[in-house]
Amino acid sequence: MLEVRGLNKVYEGHQRRVEAVRDLTFTIDAGDLVCLVGPSGCGKTTLLKCIAGLLAPTAGEVLLDGRPVTGPPRGMAVVFQEYGRSLFPWMSVRDNVALPLKQKRVAKARRRELVDEALAAVGLAGTESAYPWQLSGGMQQRVAIARAVAYEPEVLLMDEPFAAVDAQTRADLEDLVRALWKRLGVTILFVTHDIDEAVYLGQQVIMLSASPTVVQERLAIDLPAERDQLHTRADARFTHLRTHVYEQIQAAKRGTRTDAAVASVAE
Amino acid sequence: MAATALKRIGLVLGLPVILFAVWYVATDNSQSFYVPPLRTILSVFDDTWTGQRLRADVLPSALRLLAGYALATVLGVGLGVVIGSYRRVRAVAEPVLEFFRAIPPPVLVPVIMLFAGIGDGMKVIVIVSGCVWPILLNTVEGVRAVDGVLADTARSYRITGPARLRHLLLRSASPQIMAGMRQALSIAIILMVISEMFAASNGLGFTIVQFQRSFAIPEMWTGIILLGLLGFVLSALFRFAENRVLAWYHGLRSAQRKS
Ligand SMILES: Nc1ncnc2c1ncn2[C@@H]1O[C@H](COP(=O)(O)OP(=O)(O)OP(=O)(O)O)[C@@H](O)[C@H]1O
Ligand SMILES: [Mg+2]
Repeated sequence: MLEVRGLNKVYEGHQRRVEAVRDLTFTIDAGDLVCLVGPSGCGKTTLLKCIAGLLAPTAGEVLLDGRPVTGPPRGMAVVFQEYGRSLFPWMSVRDNVALPLKQKRVAKARRRELVDEALAAVGLAGTESAYPWQLSGGMQQRVAIARAVAYEPEVLLMDEPFAAVDAQTRADLEDLVRALWKRLGVTILFVTHDIDEAVYLGQQVIMLSASPTVVQERLAIDLPAERDQLHTRADARFTHLRTHVYEQIQAAKRGTRTDAAVASVAE
Repeated sequence: MAATALKRIGLVLGLPVILFAVWYVATDNSQSFYVPPLRTILSVFDDTWTGQRLRADVLPSALRLLAGYALATVLGVGLGVVIGSYRRVRAVAEPVLEFFRAIPPPVLVPVIMLFAGIGDGMKVIVIVSGCVWPILLNTVEGVRAVDGVLADTARSYRITGPARLRHLLLRSASPQIMAGMRQALSIAIILMVISEMFAASNGLGFTIVQFQRSFAIPEMWTGIILLGLLGFVLSALFRFAENRVLAWYHGLRSAQRKS
């Protein structure tokens, strides 16, 4: 179980002081698939980095299975928003996916199996020996996803992982994430700015307000567990939920106009 | 394929061949004692650099050069990784480094002779003392410039310790490290010769000075030509190694330029 309690993060710069996250509290049950939506710049990446143990919060804490997160926890994988910069350019696609497994001391034969499976799952079979910079942006993004999938994490954090892929691939990858989630029972926190995607994927959708960032609303998505691109998206309930999320996001944006946009104060 | 290879060889050798031809023609009738005709120089080349002399003078020089260069690389990369990784260490070390780097290495030869004597050890130390700085400073820059997202990626997959050094730091800094090593290579050759000119009983630098002192001018010139050839071969070998080690980097750069 993942718990975020009173999380606050302020970036202290030379001239600027940016409050990226004001006060966030929520919990995610083990095995849940939660989507996080919020306006650009509201601190989604910051929140993810705090959960991943890559960034120390200014106040509040993150608990994983009851223990405070102080560094990158075991069994967690992160797909970064800047996918292009998160691949090792001196390694082939295969080595990029295999390195974390090697570090985890997965036996060689099993490692090969996991890498092949993961690359096939994201539609990249046959590119094993290419270097990341020989691939298109969307393909690079899928390598990063394959790396996280092959890792078999207990908790998977994904930061707008489908931003660079075309609509068709995106739909396939959405179904892949749901299939993996069901098969492996992994806990997923999925950041997106696409409202339809959030509703289609999630069991829960957490909406963040614009800065100063708090949880605007948490919504349970009561769609059937079996979802498919054609029918789920045409479902009246789906339309209703997405309209609701859309309205909330709009309200969140409006709410901030009175509340001096970015909390940047000259020192 | 073969045509382009020929063209490349032509480009590499073209200018040296022209220069040699100019040298040959210009000195053909030279009466100057100090600038003998190139024809004369080349005619004594074979007799001067016999197998015996190669073994007795060129080989020791080459070994000193390699030992000094290798030691400087290990030292420079090792210290550079440490200094580049810790901001505190960097704050303390950087002014000192800049100071030492500013000292022209040949000046150190007499000083090093005082405590290291005049043996092979002294020559290796001289080479190290000059070569280590470009490698060290470039490594520091390279390690500092590791991409933040890549470092976060490594950290979140718990790639730490030796694996982080091997797969992240050294690889990411390798373009800068190689640039430092390329500068260091020419410094190493210069210092090898200079240290042998100061105090030695064998070596290329020693032999060239001996020829000069005994007024064997054509032989002295053959030594200089041999030194040039040595530098050329070493830099060709270096480029070969660099192209292999940095193949990913050149590919990445040209991919970025195209987009
Ligand atoms: N390293 C940093 N130093 C200073 N300010 C930062 C830093 N990283 C982020 N910020 C600021 O914190 C705020 C939140 O940034 P963050 O990247 O978390 O937003 P986001 O919700 O992920 O945005 P997007 O949807 O565009 O990715 C922004 O105002 C940003 O300028
Ligand atoms: Mg972001």
